[in-house]
Amino acid sequence: MGVKKRKKVDIENIIFTTLNTTYLIFLCVVMIYPMLNTLAVSFNEPLDTVRGGIYIWPRKFTLYNYYVVFNMDTIYNAFYISVTKTIVIVVTNLFFTSMLAYTISRKEYIFRKFITTVFVLTMYFNAGLIPNYLLIKKLGLLNTFSVYWIPNIVSAFNLIVMRTYIKTIPESLIESAKIDGAREFHIYWRIVLPLITPCLATIALFVAVGSWNSWFDTFLYNSARQDLSTLQYELQKLLSSTMTAGTRGAPAGINEAGRAGTSGTGSGNVTTPQSIRAAITIFTSVPILLVYPFLQRYFIHGLAIGSVKE
Amino acid sequence: MEANSAKKRKSVWNTIVAQHELIIMSVPLLLYKILFSYVPIAGWAMAFQDYKPSIRSFWKQKWVGFDNFVNLFTGLNGERFLRDLKNTLGQSFLTLLLGYIGAISLALLLNEVKNTTFKKIVQNITYMPHFLSWVIVTGLVSTMLAIPTSGGIINDVLIRLGLIDEPIMFLSEPKYFWWIVAFSNLWKEMGWNTIIYLAAMTSIDPTLYEAAVIDGANRYQKMWHITLPGIKSTIVVLLIMNIGHLLEAGFEIQYFLGNGLVVEKAEIIDIFVLKYGIQMGNYSLATAAGIFKTFVSIILISIANFIADRLGEEKLI
Repeated sequence: MGVKKRKKVDIENIIFTTLNTTYLIFLCVVMIYPMLNTLAVSFNEPLDTVRGGIYIWPRKFTLYNYYVVFNMDTIYNAFYISVTKTIVIVVTNLFFTSMLAYTISRKEYIFRKFITTVFVLTMYFNAGLIPNYLLIKKLGLLNTFSVYWIPNIVSAFNLIVMRTYIKTIPESLIESAKIDGAREFHIYWRIVLPLITPCLATIALFVAVGSWNSWFDTFLYNSARQDLSTLQYELQKLLSSTMTAGTRGAPAGINEAGRAGTSGTGSGNVTTPQSIRAAITIFTSVPILLVYPFLQRYFIHGLAIGSVKE
Repeated sequence: MEANSAKKRKSVWNTIVAQHELIIMSVPLLLYKILFSYVPIAGWAMAFQDYKPSIRSFWKQKWVGFDNFVNLFTGLNGERFLRDLKNTLGQSFLTLLLGYIGAISLALLLNEVKNTTFKKIVQNITYMPHFLSWVIVTGLVSTMLAIPTSGGIINDVLIRLGLIDEPIMFLSEPKYFWWIVAFSNLWKEMGWNTIIYLAAMTSIDPTLYEAAVIDGANRYQKMWHITLPGIKSTIVVLLIMNIGHLLEAGFEIQYFLGNGLVVEKAEIIDIFVLKYGIQMGNYSLATAAGIFKTFVSIILISIANFIADRLGEEKLI
């Protein structure tokens, strides 16, 4: 009897494991295929791609698409702006958010509750697009580089995560520093910051991803300044002007912008929007995909803390 | 009494003096936050005016009471606004539902994987799309949904399986749009959202499983009676947070994938606000729409909070 039951359980287990593994592999394929396909198209000869049938391996290998992308004048500047913007936001956001988090982690601090409430409330509502836009306009931030980072130096959610993390530092450490005559900023800079490195790494990743991937700020505030354009914005301009993929076969007029996507290349050689799009997509996504494996051992822990309620 | 309060005042003052370093480190940032998050709320007054940017003085604007709100629902734009509201809620709800089913079931299945290497690989691959921008994701989505020669793998597979004869123009047909939004979100965030459930699962007491095995529970029973209840509070807390954001159906995805053919199913409130406000300069109407959105969100989150309280879960705020 016992043996029979064990056998049944074993078979059940095997079936379950097989089905589970199959499903998970299928899921991975679905997740990774679009990227692999884009990679293959970006390395495939443009005219050959048009014939279709490129899956995850280029049929006629070429670097030509990347050559064209690297020769677009707008790309270098957009890349430079994207990188600078991301670095500035990460540095300022981490500095100011952690400094504020330190102050509200101090139990005796008189404005602790008030500051926390003011920040937490903003997680649940905001004034909305138009009033915010008008404020930015009034402050003279429209069409400036500053609009990328000034509105983003402290974020409520990151503040709470950091405060929770700082609270795990033993009180006695801070006390003893005080007895030694250390000032608050000194304690924050010399004691607290080094101890919260894993938390900083997590938040740095989130902020960097957010900044690198943002498109709306450029679109809303800086679309009039080509020299402040970002990679995402340039990519989107290219995509929308070459949106042939989804709407091909649709009534004429949908693709008003037509095939203008390659006009910036200035070369008489043959290339297609599809191939350029693929190359620039890879170019835009690789930097962020390179960063995350290095930081990922931190973020799971960081996320778990972020979910802890006060 | 008087002496007491004077003493109190003095002690508050003493505290402020003693804590002046902390104050210097935090109060400027507090003022910053007030400027960027609270001052714009004064702009809500525009919703009650017939705001003309050409009139310099704010106070010389014409006040119109609730006309803009009435106009939002019954006026010339009424039909469009209601349609957009419906699209916002519909897309959000579908996204939320698929997202929950997807992330929780993936977390449950990952939790059953014994081989840690395989588990790590699956996790890393499913996290990846989270790091891509919507610009890239919508680009990928439109390629995957295209005709086979443009790289449209979905049509390719469907044709090869003999399920359809002609490629489907997914992005030109209104009826698919909500599903495309929901599945795009699922693809992008499913793996990422499992992190929090998996973390919650690790904190479940292992003796519960042992006890269940002794009682003769099989795998499904363990999942259903131990793992799921074990992550119940996480599910509820996230649900509350998400319900508060039910009117935030995204923006970029609809803006990028929407086109003239599917506008009736694609346009959401945020795009309505952008079109009327920034592009057409009708700040008053757009602000009214924004306020409506904020209020509905606050009401939704209060309801969710109340329900969570009733269910015996911890409240979020």
